[in-house]
Amino acid sequence: MITITQQGEYTTIQDQGRWGYQAYGMPVSGAMDRYSSQVANILVGNSPEAALVEMTAAGAAFKFDEEQLVAVCGANMQGEIDGRPVENWSAFVVPRHSELRFSTALSGYRAYLAVRGGIDVPTVLGSKSTCPRAKVGGYEGRTLRQGDVLYVGQAIVSPAKPYWLHPQYIPHYSEEVVLRMILGPQDNMFTTEVVDAFFSSVYKVTQQADRIIYGLKGPRVKPIGKADIVSDAMCQGAIQIIANGTPVIMTADHQTTGGFAKLGSVIWADLPFLAQAKPGDAITFACVEEQVAIDALQIESNQYHEIVNLAHTKK
Amino acid sequence: MREVLSRVKLLIAGEHGLVVEFGNVISPEINGLVQQLTRQLNSSAITGIIEVVPTYRSATVYFDPLIINRQTLAQIITQLLGDMQPHDQNQLNPRVVRVPVCYGGVFGPDLEFVARYASLSTQEVIALHTSKPYLVYMLGFTPGFPYLGGMSDRIAVPRQEKPRQKIPAGSVGIGGYQTGIYPIESPGEWWLIGRTPLKAFNPQSQNPFLVSAGDYLHFSDITIDEYFKIRRAVDEGTYILEVSAL
Repeated sequence: MITITQQGEYTTIQDQGRWGYQAYGMPVSGAMDRYSSQVANILVGNSPEAALVEMTAAGAAFKFDEEQLVAVCGANMQGEIDGRPVENWSAFVVPRHSELRFSTALSGYRAYLAVRGGIDVPTVLGSKSTCPRAKVGGYEGRTLRQGDVLYVGQAIVSPAKPYWLHPQYIPHYSEEVVLRMILGPQDNMFTTEVVDAFFSSVYKVTQQADRIIYGLKGPRVKPIGKADIVSDAMCQGAIQIIANGTPVIMTADHQTTGGFAKLGSVIWADLPFLAQAKPGDAITFACVEEQVAIDALQIESNQYHEIVNLAHTKK
Repeated sequence: MREVLSRVKLLIAGEHGLVVEFGNVISPEINGLVQQLTRQLNSSAITGIIEVVPTYRSATVYFDPLIINRQTLAQIITQLLGDMQPHDQNQLNPRVVRVPVCYGGVFGPDLEFVARYASLSTQEVIALHTSKPYLVYMLGFTPGFPYLGGMSDRIAVPRQEKPRQKIPAGSVGIGGYQTGIYPIESPGEWWLIGRTPLKAFNPQSQNPFLVSAGDYLHFSDITIDEYFKIRRAVDEGTYILEVSAL
């Protein structure tokens, strides 16, 4: 049993998302940073899809009833067990009756706490992810609050022990992020001059850097005619150009459909870096071909296998 | 029909998305093709397809590019489109779902405004609103929110300029030439004319969503007593949805 003793700024339970219901208007949700969340699960021997805790900007505090193997990955939120610092990107034991406490993110924006066995909450429409807008999933369909009690599940795929991730697998979070993107599906609504200007501009993340949308401040991206289209589907990472020419990026809990033109989509391998960008950070976009995105996905997939194997073999 | 199919565009929505765009307008014919392709893709269980999202005039296929590549997927889709027959659309066999609505009063605080705007009596507004089934073109905005087509232009009222922050779940509204149900409490700028005791989104239920894209939805006028009676049955799980053929 784990009791939330401090709720943090925006703390939810997530897994790898609620796929299969977008045709009904149901957002996919899931961990914003797929890489950090999966690595945290791997480090404690869970399935990469196990439910874990996602913390944003400023972390929560957790009181443990029993000894638990946990892992922390993603933003560095200066974790401490009863005042002693713990290592980010590692798995460690939290002793019985002790408190694991996080504070402000020093680098990155979102941190993941995985517990061996996974967080045990009901599966709703095939997922344990919290979608507060629809009031489903996670803990009563809402963000975690002080006093909430979490239970730990059983589904474990492999043995695990305290382990420090090799530095080669630890991403570096910068305040200047380059996101690779693929053009489409409505890039033909913009002139080449406008598209070129977009790629040579620097955008700042606005205060809206949440699980629904990332707002960007910078040069306008004016479409040839009107910005609105007959509504169609939009995926996570889609860069939508809203009426006044402002680009916004769709994140985990975004609406499944929308009526503005989409210039392109951030490639999946770079979405974890978007998730770790905070208000004020600078973003530039690099246009890539689809094959670059697929190669990057393959590399990411290989890394998971390497980490699984290393985590098992290390003495 | 053949002409429409020859103009279909396959567009890229990131490395995980393929958009099959049938046109650029809202029409039952184009949407029928969207529904047809969506059904075929869903029933053919192609390895690597994650899900298909039908909208007004396109179907977006989400896929895992490490399992199926875009070229293969495009070939399969082109083949399916090539085999589509005009008469197939009649075989979509759409369901018509009856949606009881208690109009006016506290449930429909804007009914009188809509009537005044349209120079009709409230009874005439209700009669027009319940006069025929509406095609569910797509779902989006919030879970279970149906985009309906075919409302009478005699009761079209421009949307409110300032959205209400909290519209209760089940509210039935009119905005421009559109009408629909708010499945969950959300902000919105439609004029509220009534409320249904049914749950358009009920994650606890076997069938969490009241309607699917391609269905028809037929509103019917009920009294406040019937509202509460149906509501109780819905909460107890004993309500039987009235479904008929078009």
